[in-house]
Amino acid sequence: MSALVAAVPAVLAEGGQTSGAEEALFWVLAPVMVLAALGLLFARKAVHAALSLIVVMISLAFMYVAQGAVFLGVVQVVVYTGAIMMLFLFVLMLVGVGSSDSLVETIRGQRWAGWIAALGLVAVLAGVLGTALYPESVGLEEANARSNPEGVAEVIFADHVFAMEVVGALLVTAALGALVLTHRRRLGPKRGQRELADLRVEGGHHLAPLPAPGVYARHNAMDVPALDPYGNPLESSVPRVLRVRGQEADAAEYAARIDRVLAGRAAKPDENPPPAADPAGQAVNAPDIADAVAGVDLEGETK
Amino acid sequence: MLTAAIAPVTADFSNDTWWLWVIKAVAIIAFLLTSVLFAIWFERKVVARMQVRPGPNVHGPFGLLQSLADAMKLLFKEDMTVTAADKVVYVVAPMIAVFCSLLTFAVIPLGPSVSMFGHETPLQLTDFPVAVLYILACASVGVYGIVLGGWASNSTYPLLGSVRSTAQVISYELAMGLSLVSVFLLAGSMSTSQIVESQNTIWWVLPLLPAFVIYVVSMVGETNRLPFDLPEAEGELVSGYMTEYSSMKFAWFFLAEYINMLNVSAVATTLFLGGWHAPFGISQINDGMFNEGWWPVLWFLVKLWAVMFFFVWVRGSVLRFRYDQFMNIGWKRLIPAALVWVVLVAVVQGLRTFWHLDRSALFAAAAVLGVLVVISLLIPEKKKPVAAAPTGPQVFDPYAGGYPVPPLPGQVLPPSPRAQRRAAAALVGSSSEPVPTAGTPETDPEVHGG
Repeated sequence: MSALVAAVPAVLAEGGQTSGAEEALFWVLAPVMVLAALGLLFARKAVHAALSLIVVMISLAFMYVAQGAVFLGVVQVVVYTGAIMMLFLFVLMLVGVGSSDSLVETIRGQRWAGWIAALGLVAVLAGVLGTALYPESVGLEEANARSNPEGVAEVIFADHVFAMEVVGALLVTAALGALVLTHRRRLGPKRGQRELADLRVEGGHHLAPLPAPGVYARHNAMDVPALDPYGNPLESSVPRVLRVRGQEADAAEYAARIDRVLAGRAAKPDENPPPAADPAGQAVNAPDIADAVAGVDLEGETK
Repeated sequence: MLTAAIAPVTADFSNDTWWLWVIKAVAIIAFLLTSVLFAIWFERKVVARMQVRPGPNVHGPFGLLQSLADAMKLLFKEDMTVTAADKVVYVVAPMIAVFCSLLTFAVIPLGPSVSMFGHETPLQLTDFPVAVLYILACASVGVYGIVLGGWASNSTYPLLGSVRSTAQVISYELAMGLSLVSVFLLAGSMSTSQIVESQNTIWWVLPLLPAFVIYVVSMVGETNRLPFDLPEAEGELVSGYMTEYSSMKFAWFFLAEYINMLNVSAVATTLFLGGWHAPFGISQINDGMFNEGWWPVLWFLVKLWAVMFFFVWVRGSVLRFRYDQFMNIGWKRLIPAALVWVVLVAVVQGLRTFWHLDRSALFAAAAVLGVLVVISLLIPEKKKPVAAAPTGPQVFDPYAGGYPVPPLPGQVLPPSPRAQRRAAAALVGSSSEPVPTAGTPETDPEVHGG
């Protein structure tokens, strides 16, 4: 891109005639832009549509630069692509990967109205294009005489400074309005880290992080409760989601199995190495990975 | 030719041929990739020295080949694609991140004009009147890599990481852009070569120190580095947006992060630290001999790596901020400060341009202002009504609020509310809290003392 940016102005012909390089750039960018614009229309996922729009915007910025409007091209990327589209994407992202747009008509006859409007637009555009004249472009040299940003600055801040001020006042008012409208009065005192900690101690809740789940060796064993120093299962060590779904393993079975392993080892002290898994594991009604997977699938369906 | 209309920049590219562009572009890519390998080693080594340990020292001299070995390991790891991922976006995201990070150095001047194969050419791939805005544009598009990578993984932690990253970069880009505006005002240009040229007598870091401080803070936020590495905070988000990435795709994110560090360091060097100009003292030797030819590349690299060292230093000494603190710094401190500073610089620059105030008058005004501030500090403040101090002996209760504080020798803990509650719960037989049943060692564990 940078090489192109360097190359394009150097080889542009004088007087607005497109040179070879600009034409080449156009014929590279135009199909990309058309494809991306079609992608914007036909993409099923909102994020894909947004991405297509970003491609169109960046290609448009290249075109601006090639036309001698360097400032406009770069600002197009900084403002529209970098800030505004990012905010759009920020919201769209929260929709999730799995979902795609529903194509159900929410307004009656919306699709037909859309087609008719589109046909009208095509007719108008075709008419404009068919009758358009392309006179020699004039004034680019003078406009960019000092440099492109300075020319833009002169137009905005000298020729149209009043309109600029009005727009500025409007934007400040809008920003203030947004602040006022979204402002909520705080109902209670603010609770900081300190206050929350005090509350936790006062309420007698768990002060330390919750214990981690118990067994790691068998499968991904997040469902097995850890044991406290006295051998009692700690319910809180199993993630709450699993507990709510009823996928928690029975700690008593695991504890009993540990007891059996210990007993077996006591009976045969010279057994070496100790068994990694309980040889009688099949007999115990212990949850296995297959059960866990099946359970997850079921829950996923119902969710 | 449009060149005259479009690019009144200091650097003169009129002698450049297409093969010179190719050479410069390839040299920039090679420089960036080797610098990243060096930067990883540099960071690990410096952090290690700060933590009093040797750091990588096995592969190659001083462990220099460690990052090469790491890169090879990453290359040969299994390249996993998450089943539930959005495949196209998942693959494209790391590419966007790397591609955008490679673009910035095109407009960074590494030196003045040199003679290359008989052609007089600036040590810079290109330059145009809005080069610094172009850098900001590349940075803002590069964030899409992070955002899309986190989204396409279809996983909770990466999504949270990318949401954080979006908010972070948008917030800090504002402060960063505003801090750069004061440089534009003084230099009178947004082209990098002209900004460097304008620092011939004085580097902008001195007159624009507040802007430099704001830039430094926001550049750390912009590159997601400690203490602002919230998008990949491993204590909270595993490793944020790159949790589901492995092998080369992960390596690309990694690469992009380090190239971005080099980028912002190069921008700091170019805009505030005099670019390729030799440091004061050296630049006077032999009529500015060290400011010509290939020497300036050395000064540029020294400054670049000084900023990189600062990055590592900060990482080695500052803890990660909490997210709300981080946002408060950005929106409530940096942006207002940057705005005020820009207005100040604009006023001073306006006075100089339109009233032709010379520098001494401005310095006098600044001195008067400084004296006024000092005097205002000397005026005693109006005494606020102080709440009546409690009389009587002061009793300090370290256990107030029920915190489990270990007692000092000779102290006895007050009866603990937790223990009382637990005893009551055991009596009632409520099973809301797991009560130790078998072999509870002591009935009243809270009374210690010595």
